[in-house]
Amino acid sequence: MDVFTSLMDGFATALTPMNLLYAVIGVILGTAVGVLPGLGPAMTVALLLPVTSVLEPTSAFIMFAGIYYGGMYGGSTTSILLNTPGESSSVVTAIEGHKMAKAGRAAQALATAAIGSFVAGTIGTTLLAVCAPIVVKFAVSLGSPSYFAIMVLSLLAVTAVLGSSRLRGFASLGLGLAIGLIGMDSVTGQRRLTFGQPLLTDGLDIVVVAVAIFAVGEALWVAAHLRRTPLNVIPVGKPWMGKQDWKRSWKPWLRGTAFGFPFGALPAGGAEIPTFLSYVTEKRLSKHPEEFGHGAIEGVAGPEAANNASAAGTLTPLLAMGLPTNATAAVMLAAFTGYGIQPGPQLFESQGPLVWALIASLFIGNFLLLIINLPLAPLWAKLLQLPRPYLYAGILFFATLGAYSVNLQAFDLVLLLVLGALGFMMRRFGLPVLPLILGVILGPRLEGQLRQTLQLSAGNPAGLWSEPIAVGIFIIVAIILVWPLLLKLWRRSRPQTAMASTGGSDGTGTANGTDVLPEDAAAELPADNVTTPAEHAYSNNEPVHSRRRQEKP
Amino acid sequence: MSSLATKLKGRSELGVALLLGAAGGLVLWDAAGLVTPYSKSDPVGPKTVPYLVAGLLIVCAVMLAINVLRGGHGEAEGGEDVDLTHPADWKTVLPLVGAFVANILLIDWAGWVIAGTVLFWGSVLALGSRRYVRDGLISVALSLLTFYGFYLGLGISLPAGLLEGIL
Repeated sequence: MDVFTSLMDGFATALTPMNLLYAVIGVILGTAVGVLPGLGPAMTVALLLPVTSVLEPTSAFIMFAGIYYGGMYGGSTTSILLNTPGESSSVVTAIEGHKMAKAGRAAQALATAAIGSFVAGTIGTTLLAVCAPIVVKFAVSLGSPSYFAIMVLSLLAVTAVLGSSRLRGFASLGLGLAIGLIGMDSVTGQRRLTFGQPLLTDGLDIVVVAVAIFAVGEALWVAAHLRRTPLNVIPVGKPWMGKQDWKRSWKPWLRGTAFGFPFGALPAGGAEIPTFLSYVTEKRLSKHPEEFGHGAIEGVAGPEAANNASAAGTLTPLLAMGLPTNATAAVMLAAFTGYGIQPGPQLFESQGPLVWALIASLFIGNFLLLIINLPLAPLWAKLLQLPRPYLYAGILFFATLGAYSVNLQAFDLVLLLVLGALGFMMRRFGLPVLPLILGVILGPRLEGQLRQTLQLSAGNPAGLWSEPIAVGIFIIVAIILVWPLLLKLWRRSRPQTAMASTGGSDGTGTANGTDVLPEDAAAELPADNVTTPAEHAYSNNEPVHSRRRQEKP
Repeated sequence: MSSLATKLKGRSELGVALLLGAAGGLVLWDAAGLVTPYSKSDPVGPKTVPYLVAGLLIVCAVMLAINVLRGGHGEAEGGEDVDLTHPADWKTVLPLVGAFVANILLIDWAGWVIAGTVLFWGSVLALGSRRYVRDGLISVALSLLTFYGFYLGLGISLPAGLLEGIL
């Protein structure tokens, strides 16, 4: 009832012509960058931060929401038409989607992805609207010890669970935390890591860091390894589905949603695990298991729904607790801070209209995606043909523009280049980018909570575990940390499974020596037994990643 | 000596460990230089977290070095336009960085329109486009459009530089 009225107010705000326009811009922009290689929703939101600073926060976030959902959708188009997923979350879609496209069923694959995304996005957003206030009720009862613990958990989870090498994840996190330290300490006014440079006193602008790592690093990295052979894009008409396709799609959509939302809401849940689980489930339950591997529509419908539902799930901890669990959410958090809005449980209280307008705009954005993208699919396919020199020169151009326009000082461009070189190096040596970004954004907040906690306990470290929730979370943190050790012991007792799951968790990242062809990897993946979701994630992390990284020559 | 050389060959990733170690050392040195009296309202102080971060970086540096020497290596990232079968193409990257540096040097003095044109044109050339005239026109158009777009649409005036008075 309360939720409903708030939501209706949100719709009233979001449906004003101006805000509707921003939603349309966001959705189109988001889909475009989702389709275009080298650009993702996180980078786009980061690039737009300076531009949107002149907008009302509500309008800006309505646009960001459109970009976020649009980016998720655009990724599936690339997967289906090109077989080269840009985001790790659309890896699974490529398995069946590209096969369908090759068999002349690209239109149906795109349609089930679009409609599935709509269904999942709508259900996911409804769940967000219902769950977020409940999470808030729980979150306001938490003190700084619990917050500290939750932040530690989300940093560790992203670092240790995602990605193929924990060691490299922690290295990236360390770099991010160090970057986050730069500037004046908020409590004592001490200058840290500024080297007497007055321009560093206010710390590094998050826009500069994000744009450097995502955009400049990516452009330089691609430039070093630019594919000179033209990509083979499968031409496509207007997406449509027959009666049989609908019949085979609707259940996977719903099941995919059920997988996606909870995983998205978890710290480090992400979209990779639920899309994968959805694929495995659909393969099991399908009446046409023989079609899997040759273009089964269920294998597109389920994972795409899971992907979009997890996007909605991600917004739950972001809005209810101020906790980002993926790169786009992290940049959106930076945007909140840029507007002087403190994200956290008070957000619903203090910025109620903004939050509900944002949630309403998610519904609207979803609907827009459906009605805009079904007819525009052929156009998006054309976008894939954009000459690469223009694309990457354009990324550099707008990265420079975005970073420069924040403070109008050339020094920021020097930082942009230096951090861009860091981003290049990280891509070269397999350091994941997400822990660094989260470290930069969450690091200072983490330190704030730590100092507040110990201030309350008068310097007694026992203050850190003075709340039961905090204790529980620290236990989970401990489990995450010792998990690889437990896994090793467990493997030793069951030697058969040991071979199947090396590399994912031992931090050496050596499993990539094998020349697994995409097809082989894809065919082998679902054959593993599903145990627990977490265990499954571990045992399959490596093949999924290597599939993403080792493209067909 | 020679065995060390062979060991180091193809281990460029040790440079990452070195960088991590250097970053850790830097954070440690910087934190040690902070002078703060103990304060009851802030028992943690500004030094604790830098020490922890420095520790994390140094531990990672050591472990990464061990890992690399034992034969581990990070996977280079793939992508739609990335072809990892050929080695890094510095003939593309270095001119690209050159265009970027030129932009930094020019932006305050010559203004955004000129610097932006140089950046885009230079980048497109570095990335292998050979339609000089068309690329040049696109570069100028893009720079002018963003200049006026930012000025009129967002109220952000990018530097006009040498073209002050003309634009």
